[in-house]
Amino acid sequence: MSTLHFVALAPFIMAVLIPVFYFKFRKIHTGWFVLPLPLVLFIYLLTYIPAGGDPMNPVLNSVPWVPSLGIDFTVYLDGLSLLFSLLITGIGTLVVLYSIYYIANKNGEPLHNFYVYLLMFMGAMLGVVLSDNLIVLYVFWELTSLASSLLIAYWFHKEKSRYGALKSMLITVTGGFSMLAGFSFLYVLTGSFSIQEIIAAAGTISGEPLFITAMLLILVGAFTKSAQFPFHIWLPDAMEAPTPVSAYLHSATMVKAGLYLVARMTPVFGMLTEWFWILVIFGLTTLLWGSVSAVRQTDLKGLLAFSTISQLGLIMSLLGMSSAAMHYGAAGSEALYTTAALAAVFHLINHATFKGSLFMVVGIIDHETGTRDIRKLGGLMTIMPVTFTVSLIGLASMAGLPPFNGFLSKETFFTASLNVASMDILNLETLGFFIPVLAWTASVFTFVYCMIMFVRTFTGRFKPDNYEKHVHEAPAGLLVSPIILGGLVILFGMFPNLLAYTIIEPTMQSILPGLLNGGEQFYVNIYHWHGINAEIMMTIGVVFAGAAITLNLKKWQQTFFFNRERDPLNAVYDSMLDNLVTGSQIVTRAQMTGRLRDYMVYMSIFISALGLWTFFRYDSFAVDLGAQTPVPVYMYIITAVLLISTLALPFVTNRITNIVLIGVVGFVIALLFVVFRAPDLALTQLLVETVVVVLFLLVYRHLPEIKKESVKGWSKAVNAIVAASVGVFVILAGLSVHAMRSASDITPISDFFIENSYTLAGGKNMVNVILVDFRGLDTLLEVLVLGIAALWVVTLVKHRMKGDEDV
Amino acid sequence: MRTNFLMLHTITRIVSFIVISFSVYLFFAGHNAPGGGFIGGLMMAGALILLYVSFDLTTIKKVLPFDYTFIIGLGLLIAILTGLNSMIFGDAFLTQYFDYYQIPFIGEVELTTALPFDLGIYLVVIAITLLTILTIAEDVS
Repeated sequence: MSTLHFVALAPFIMAVLIPVFYFKFRKIHTGWFVLPLPLVLFIYLLTYIPAGGDPMNPVLNSVPWVPSLGIDFTVYLDGLSLLFSLLITGIGTLVVLYSIYYIANKNGEPLHNFYVYLLMFMGAMLGVVLSDNLIVLYVFWELTSLASSLLIAYWFHKEKSRYGALKSMLITVTGGFSMLAGFSFLYVLTGSFSIQEIIAAAGTISGEPLFITAMLLILVGAFTKSAQFPFHIWLPDAMEAPTPVSAYLHSATMVKAGLYLVARMTPVFGMLTEWFWILVIFGLTTLLWGSVSAVRQTDLKGLLAFSTISQLGLIMSLLGMSSAAMHYGAAGSEALYTTAALAAVFHLINHATFKGSLFMVVGIIDHETGTRDIRKLGGLMTIMPVTFTVSLIGLASMAGLPPFNGFLSKETFFTASLNVASMDILNLETLGFFIPVLAWTASVFTFVYCMIMFVRTFTGRFKPDNYEKHVHEAPAGLLVSPIILGGLVILFGMFPNLLAYTIIEPTMQSILPGLLNGGEQFYVNIYHWHGINAEIMMTIGVVFAGAAITLNLKKWQQTFFFNRERDPLNAVYDSMLDNLVTGSQIVTRAQMTGRLRDYMVYMSIFISALGLWTFFRYDSFAVDLGAQTPVPVYMYIITAVLLISTLALPFVTNRITNIVLIGVVGFVIALLFVVFRAPDLALTQLLVETVVVVLFLLVYRHLPEIKKESVKGWSKAVNAIVAASVGVFVILAGLSVHAMRSASDITPISDFFIENSYTLAGGKNMVNVILVDFRGLDTLLEVLVLGIAALWVVTLVKHRMKGDEDV
Repeated sequence: MRTNFLMLHTITRIVSFIVISFSVYLFFAGHNAPGGGFIGGLMMAGALILLYVSFDLTTIKKVLPFDYTFIIGLGLLIAILTGLNSMIFGDAFLTQYFDYYQIPFIGEVELTTALPFDLGIYLVVIAITLLTILTIAEDVS
């Protein structure tokens, strides 16, 4: 275990301690105990930043977990992991600080739940970005989905919270499952779960047919997590979570896990044409869809949610474009091809800063005014000056205006799209032109929704009647985190190369390792003024077109398009969910008739069909009537008693006789065990029979009279066939097994137990040794099942249904 | 007329103790002779059921104030913990150990970790049998 392992595990350890802090120090806000953890982790991780522009040396450290399956908890820290770890811990620190003031320590506020989930998320997310093993990554990945869902449902008394939580859970976990399948395919192809080993083997497996399937499956996982079209619909509903959660999970970190995975997998799949086009098309579609949808939102958080979707699409498309550089090999490591990777990484950081601050600002507005509806808000500029300033910075950055960092990354985005459009590979010479066009169109709408948020919230006349409480500026504690993030927006805007040498270059190194020779690294220099070129003209065009649309917004708002705030794709999800529920009800009702007889028929059919099919399939029928020991006379008598009592059962109409006959069958079988010298079995059988007698006595008064049932002819025939086939199967199996034992020299497993039960387990009673030692796990699980069954009896009897409920 | 169960009660008092002792014997003998947690547990359950049947539910509930749901959990916990015990020494889950010890006056005795595991099974079997039967017996409707 290295310290890096503990970086991922520390939040989980902290989460265990949260209840102690919450209940022992009830007066102190639990957040104060949580706050030092991400801060310490952040500072520790900062020490890994390579000094003085050296290339980053990845750290790899492995702890075996399930070595037999190739699953190790391997931490791998390179530029990409470091960038994400810093985001998780850095934004995490600010979010925890913000949450201390956002969620008041009132009586009955389940703060411990909140911080346990939040820490669980933090640890899981760090685990995702730090682990090199795909299975470990998957486990942490699903944990982030779980934590996210729990956090969305934090105020679970609200119907919408539960709806949003379920939706995000269903969509992201389905994607995660598909991703697991993709990982398994990669394992089949390479024989390893280690990402680094898979990258090393990528060249040799790229021709396999499973390779593309693996890529598609993994992309489904990444797209669901990163809210790409058409899976994005969960993100707006996730806004029911408390705002610190939205700022942290649903804009800065968790939704970027999909981007992380795509960046991580670029060295594996980047050479595929499909990879480039899928990422670019889905990314750009998401970018456009998100920004257009954001324009018509009336809820500030909804607007930011769609804006996040759109920005995630932007980064996704950039990651797709950056894979084009791989087609040029090591020779093309010049800036022309790698701009896309640079833009992706740079925008990822910038988005975390400005969107984080904007979410926090919206949280403040919600907290201080009691509403997030832009139809009610207005004129907050003078009342909340600090909030206004931070928002202005964030919005200007998001809209892509100088001198903020958003301008720089938007410029590099335009450059990348123009570069890619001018390439002559991957059919780009014919189709490439639409990339910059779409990029520009989406940017116009981005500008528009930024303007809407600014104009509708802060300008205009302040109407005190719209609010339920007295509106004033937020307390200092709430403002600290957004101010820090806003400060970073300016800092990175003014001095972008602070980031370039420290973190962007190592991250690009992990996304495009193939373009570098040993010891080399990318050289990145970001600056504001490139002269009058296409990019600056595009930005100016965005401002003018966006302003024109904003000014004419009144006319637009009358249209049908504008009045549909909800995403039309939600209807698809809702109907799928409804059909799933009704469909499973139909299936359940069809088979669960409530009659024991039917269930016996199902089981008998299944067992005998499976057994008989296996015998036919492998042609294993064999009858060998030689090598028989003489059967003593008393065996004939015992068997005759057994046969007669069994055959009599169906013809008896008196229940007492019925019970007695079943008892006879049981006791005769116990006798058979005695004859065949199995004292343990005989004892057990006798005891079970005794207990069953008591049970029959108890339930006797509940049982109805045996009525003459009018069973249809065909039903009788089916029952007879089923019964006969079970009998035939058992007899055939017995005969064949006997024949096989004498024909071939198969050693029965009992020989092993006979030889070893005393030497290996120190017991002379083989049956008991098998039960407690050799097959101890079976026994444990059996008693577990028995325990569950007993609890079911309690549930069924003591909490029985009254008859009007549905399953 | 008041029914008198004197004979039944007297015999039950004696017989149930014999059966209970036999059940404990079966439990301990299990490793080397017929018996073990499962059989011993069923035997014990049979003895207790005999008590419940010949006396009445409320009387025996006073005598044996056990919460059988709790005992199911306790038995499972004991079984799982003995399984986890071997993991501390780096062996697989549920690896059992045994050794022989000289104990004064008794002589050589074999001690195994299978015994506490079997104790867990023993408890679970007793508890589920009684819980099932008592739940159905108490059902008035």
